[in-house]
Amino acid sequence: MAGGPNLTRFYALIGAIAVVGMAAIWFQRGDSSPSGVQVSPIDIGGFEGYSIGSDDAPVEIIEFADFQCPACGRHAILTAPDIMRRMVATGTVKLTFKDMPLDIHPNAVPAAMAAACSNEQGKFWEMHDQLFFNQNKWASARRPAGIFRDYAELLGLDGSQFRECLSSRRYAGRIEASIREALALGVGSTPSFLINGRLYQGTMGFDRFNAIVDSLTAAAN
Amino acid sequence: MGVVTLSLIGLLVSVYLVLWKAGMLGSLSCGTGGCETVQLGKWGELFGVPVAAYGVVGYLGIMIAGIVGLQPGWERRPEPALYMFAMSAIGVGFTLYLSYLEAFVIHAWCRWCLGSAAIIGLVFVLAGLDWRESKNSGIGA
Repeated sequence: MAGGPNLTRFYALIGAIAVVGMAAIWFQRGDSSPSGVQVSPIDIGGFEGYSIGSDDAPVEIIEFADFQCPACGRHAILTAPDIMRRMVATGTVKLTFKDMPLDIHPNAVPAAMAAACSNEQGKFWEMHDQLFFNQNKWASARRPAGIFRDYAELLGLDGSQFRECLSSRRYAGRIEASIREALALGVGSTPSFLINGRLYQGTMGFDRFNAIVDSLTAAAN
Repeated sequence: MGVVTLSLIGLLVSVYLVLWKAGMLGSLSCGTGGCETVQLGKWGELFGVPVAAYGVVGYLGIMIAGIVGLQPGWERRPEPALYMFAMSAIGVGFTLYLSYLEAFVIHAWCRWCLGSAAIIGLVFVLAGLDWRESKNSGIGA
């Protein structure tokens, strides 16, 4: 290898690449956690997630998901409709959705709040679908609240109540509590599913859900 | 010099993924979303350590060996080239394993991982050529 001036120039090049690279990484910094949110008993208020399906269903699936997570979006689009139609509607499964917005997704907490505010008006699942099916339209938006308000209008929600709910951030504590619950259960990725108390992490196809639910219903009978 | 430059780029990619996994960065610049599926799944860690952290250690080791090999007095010694070749061979093996997981187990591709795979592949080839040269002529890395 060459030495002298060539080596000096090479070190300068290496230094420049290192500085540019670290600067690029530095500018990627972000923080999306609902910092400073205090979780009080009032925030949770006995809330146990957004549920759909019969309380008598032999199987309960609790989904921990992040509205901005692409894998959660794929689950919502590709697998969840089958679960709804073939398991929830038939009384086999009670499905519960719980928030687990990840720090790496800056718009996940605002989206979870939009869903919570829609739930106030009885349209959580409708907003759930809007958020997941249109994830690419708001995921990288600097101010997603306007897009969420458009979805609320599309769903026929009371716009002023929805806006007031979003700006109050009154569900921030409840969302934080949901995250803590997920972490306490050992959830390390989204989506994750607690099926009759057993944790399954990562996406699964409908066939896998079907096999698990079949074995649980057979055991219940 | 090529090995050192490529290792530095690989090191930056690995540091980026480690910091993102630690929650210190915003959204991962990935495009397809496959990066998050790969990084956040159970295969994103090995023995409780993010796989990208192994990349940080590996690339750093190769880069230091490459710089050592450029120093006066080390230019004619084969050890740095042999070390770089051995480290990059381990890296290629690890990368092949991760690529297999992406293709057949996770069913998602992480662009950054593919970039790292290309880098370690090139490092392996260059380090191999360096080593062969050092064996044949007594001139090292």
